[in-house]
Amino acid sequence: MAEVNTGDGGGHGKHDKKRAKKSSTRIDMTPMVDLAFLLLTFFVLTSTFSKPKTMEINFPADTKDIKENIKVNNAITFILTKDDGLFYYNGEFYPEGNAKGLPPTVLTKTDFSSEGLHKLLLERNKQTLDAIKKLEEKLKNKEIADTTYKRLAVAEKGRKADPAKGIPAGLTVLIKSDDKAVYKNIIDVIDELNICNVGMYAIVDMGQKELDLLNATNK
Amino acid sequence: MAKIKMPKSNPSLDMTPMVDLAFLLVTFFMLTATSRVTEPVIVDTPSSISDKLLPENVIMISIDEKGKTFFNINNAEVRKHTLEKMGQQYKITFTPEELKRFGGMTSFGVPIVPVEGYTGVLLKEYINMEDSKRVTVRSSGIPHDSVHNQLRDWIQFGRIEAAKQAKTQKDKAELLGRPFKYEPLRFALKADGKTNYIAVKEVIKVFTDIDIYRFNLITDLEQGPAPAAE
Repeated sequence: MAEVNTGDGGGHGKHDKKRAKKSSTRIDMTPMVDLAFLLLTFFVLTSTFSKPKTMEINFPADTKDIKENIKVNNAITFILTKDDGLFYYNGEFYPEGNAKGLPPTVLTKTDFSSEGLHKLLLERNKQTLDAIKKLEEKLKNKEIADTTYKRLAVAEKGRKADPAKGIPAGLTVLIKSDDKAVYKNIIDVIDELNICNVGMYAIVDMGQKELDLLNATNK
Repeated sequence: MAKIKMPKSNPSLDMTPMVDLAFLLVTFFMLTATSRVTEPVIVDTPSSISDKLLPENVIMISIDEKGKTFFNINNAEVRKHTLEKMGQQYKITFTPEELKRFGGMTSFGVPIVPVEGYTGVLLKEYINMEDSKRVTVRSSGIPHDSVHNQLRDWIQFGRIEAAKQAKTQKDKAELLGRPFKYEPLRFALKADGKTNYIAVKEVIKVFTDIDIYRFNLITDLEQGPAPAAE
């Protein structure tokens, strides 16, 4: 590429020196290209593309509301424990049965697989999921606007019970954990709730009686 | 027989398009790059289906596997002012040089003043370390028990300073007649999947005690199709 000036190598005598130097118009770009690719590699390797993803969650300021809510609404409580253990019970907690003659609360074991938690939530939240599916259909057919869809979907998740029509209230989920559960399990449950369109959920503290029952069940 | 004449080809290639492309890519990466910062702790976050991006304006608390807490504010200016206020609170003076260094740092997990029985590195010393040495420090986490709640103070001062910063920016924008978009401060929790939930709960309690109830939990985007059987 670079031309070598051979000077007086040709043996042409004095004429050579007077002739203007024949310089190539091309520049050797190799070093520049080398540098360019070096920089390219550097930036490709050091840059981080994806910003972290987040899940938004609100913690209850006051747990009184929730306790009221599970009395009137369709509620399910999940209890997490060590070794990915997951238990649940429906409605209110009665350690020794209650005045109306309901049996004492029993913890049912489930797991994080699609046959466990996912299936359970789909069944329990069927009413809401069906309603949301209908809304989605309407949205697809351009019958309702995007904002209307969002508003209606939120309203559907938090709907009140309508005994006359046989419609249960929107599902309320409480998440409780003992001292040994890991953070991943909590996230898994919340994630599953989001997948199953459960609108109302909260992470709350566990009572001593519930803990006793858990310890008795999970030996 | 006719002699086959080989076409006379020039052995040197025209590299111009390649160079153009290379430089274009270099420019692109230079402009979009946010260089990877070395965090004092590796946190392996659990995965979820959420695809919401983390907002810019956040105070982030990382919690590692053992439950140690680390504090970070994204905005360098807010960081500096927060350190200044923390210094006043705990009666430690930080030089302008130290404030500047702190502004360029990332999350940290060392106490500003020692608690009983603590013999490790303190924040002042930690700031003055060389970058290469700083990564070797074994952080003890920011104390957040009921007696020595330094984490709460960090959050509160950070919150106040972030609000002040937003106000100055707003005033500046109004003065210049530019539109100002206010981004509310969010609180992010970045905990390791293997962390005991009790450790996360303690940190959440620090927040709820000062009336902060809304969080962003940082997760990885789940790979593959929905509900992964685990």
